[in-house]
Amino acid sequence: MAADDRAAALGLHAGMAVTHAQAMVPGLMVVEADPAADAAALARLAAWCLRQYSPLVADDSPDGILLDVAGCTHLFGGEHAMLTHLTFRLARAGVAARAAVADTPGAAHGLARYARATVTILPAGADMAGGLGGLPIAALRLADATVQALRTLGFDTIGQLMAAPRAPLTKRVGMAVLRRLDQATGATVEPIEPIAAANLPRTRMGFPEPIATPDDLARAIALLAERLCEKLTRQGLGASRLDLVFGRVDGVTQAIRIGTSAATRDAGHLVRLLTAKLETIDPGFGIEAMVLSAPLALPLGACQTMSALCTPSHAPDLSSLIDTLTNRLGPERVFRMRPVESDVPERSVRAILPLARAEGANWPDRLPRPPRLFTPPRHIEAIALLPDHAPVQFTWRRRAHRIRRADGPERVFGEWWNCANEVWLNEAGLNAGPHEVGSHEAWPSEVWAVRDYFQVEDEAGQRFWLFRRGDGEHPDTGDLHWFLHGLFG
Amino acid sequence: MPSSAILTLDDLRHRIRLLERPAARNGRILPFGIAAIDNHLPDGGLSQAALHEVAGGGPDAVHAASAALFAAGILARMDLPVLWCAMPCAGGGKLFAPGLAGAGLHPDRVIHAEAPDEATVLLVMEEALRHPGLSAVVGELSRLPMTASRRLVLAAEKSGVMALALHRAREGRPLLRPGDTGLTAATTRWCITPAPSASLSGFGSPGLQKTPVDGALGRARWQVALTRCRGGQPETWMMEACDAQGRLAVPAELAHGPAAARWVA
Repeated sequence: MAADDRAAALGLHAGMAVTHAQAMVPGLMVVEADPAADAAALARLAAWCLRQYSPLVADDSPDGILLDVAGCTHLFGGEHAMLTHLTFRLARAGVAARAAVADTPGAAHGLARYARATVTILPAGADMAGGLGGLPIAALRLADATVQALRTLGFDTIGQLMAAPRAPLTKRVGMAVLRRLDQATGATVEPIEPIAAANLPRTRMGFPEPIATPDDLARAIALLAERLCEKLTRQGLGASRLDLVFGRVDGVTQAIRIGTSAATRDAGHLVRLLTAKLETIDPGFGIEAMVLSAPLALPLGACQTMSALCTPSHAPDLSSLIDTLTNRLGPERVFRMRPVESDVPERSVRAILPLARAEGANWPDRLPRPPRLFTPPRHIEAIALLPDHAPVQFTWRRRAHRIRRADGPERVFGEWWNCANEVWLNEAGLNAGPHEVGSHEAWPSEVWAVRDYFQVEDEAGQRFWLFRRGDGEHPDTGDLHWFLHGLFG
Repeated sequence: MPSSAILTLDDLRHRIRLLERPAARNGRILPFGIAAIDNHLPDGGLSQAALHEVAGGGPDAVHAASAALFAAGILARMDLPVLWCAMPCAGGGKLFAPGLAGAGLHPDRVIHAEAPDEATVLLVMEEALRHPGLSAVVGELSRLPMTASRRLVLAAEKSGVMALALHRAREGRPLLRPGDTGLTAATTRWCITPAPSASLSGFGSPGLQKTPVDGALGRARWQVALTRCRGGQPETWMMEACDAQGRLAVPAELAHGPAAARWVA
């Protein structure tokens, strides 16, 4: 029995008699519960999570999915980014979802269901009593009867339960409560049983004797990758994401996930990417089984091997290098720049994927732009004639530079459709960095903002890119402070 | 001397050169297109399968910006993509792609990589140098140990991809100055220092004429110092900075006449 948000707004709640509800809301639509269909939908969702987010996904019936995200968050840029991504995509699909990350499955289970925020993150190694103490005891995955019994005894939150002496508590309510409590705090290990999605290309290798040395593991990876690539070739697929799951003799499961920028079935390349991540795996007393699967495989046609007679004419394939760098540095850290049509210099570039299609677009070649840019611009003291002369002298880092030659002004107007107010660079913005400017109320938009840019050369021949806030005539346009924005060298 | 003996001597010299500089075997040379520099370099230009260092002539960020532009000018005259690896929060300002485009390095050709520390910059450079699909790999470093430079050289010689070590600005600490002998395995080391440009008095906008500032900006000038060169001698030239195709130029008043003798140290 369940009630959605709109039903809750009408005063209905789960556990009500249908007749009572119908009396309160005329024309109420009641849908019979269908646990089998719910379970099937949850399984579909779990399979999707396996494909998209993590190699280790477990069922947390009736209303949850557990993901072991260790080692996969870097593909999304951190835990918070990953959860936001996940909940946003689910919300778009019409699924109301709450998510949490914690050290133990038990803690994550409770936080996801009972924490205030939709997305909660309990950092690794955080104080469990502090993180979980405020949650109601229902968050501990206990039977309803046990929860009721504990309430009668006066326990409302997990914190109270943690503070209580353990022996009398066990006597009165049984072992289950303390086991769940220990699982949530991490005092006992709780293995999760990962699901295996059907019809994914996968290969498994079991070892009669557990292996532990990096060399052995690397050899096993090479064999697995070769077999997987044979399977992929037969199916006409290329792997775009790979999961390597290690089963340890003591039952702990660990996984490596790698992504590639283009679908590939080049075993050598995949082995290089996987072995580069091998150091994140703790083999403990030994690995007894390894499973390599491709949760995201895309169609990849057969390709002509190069004949020795013809010379390669097309541009060389950089995807293997990009994959190596991306998996080492993180996806946000390997990029290309493309022009954006904006007069405001810091808005005129945007990072794009390193292998995005080359568009040939370039910046206008008549406007000089420096090779080094300061973000945010550095405040300087300058002496200049108003309204439109270049400075005669300026001081930066306690050194005075006397200007010999100058070009300018190049006037840049604020973008009136933008409310970010960065062009003004008011003091709050300078201190907080350009992306955290907070005074939207004071300046509703950049409609009046003006910067006058000058390229200047000092007596030693060093060239700087300066700008003055404001046009020098109307105080609305800026307060006439000078800034150093870039270095030409 | 009989002609056969001359031929034998030439052959021997060629072999010795190959022994001395294995990079010459790959044979691809990138000339500067300026006779004074190309004739001075033993290979007639920068050999592509090698490590070159580019530094600013002074410790501050302005010199480092000149060095970055000089490097961009070299890269602009190649064909394949290049990898530019830097640390995101290093001092001296962030790399600004429109500025590189101004030296002829098209944004479609530059893959940027951001590394958390210098050890990672070196790792990324070495990894990328093994990839023949690139024409060059640039790494912004504040120091380059001998061992690391040797590794870069080996990777560059094997694949034929040029390695450029760009010395980062470190405020308050001296960078490599002309005449500095911080030993590395690099084939050449360049020090770029901004120099006062030629006056364009009379060409400035009317507004500027009324100011105490001399006049409009002409093309920037650099003192280009070759401070180390394997198989060659150090030398210094006065050059006009990279144009939109990445080419240097000899200043007009120095191209002919006795003035050149004064400037070229």
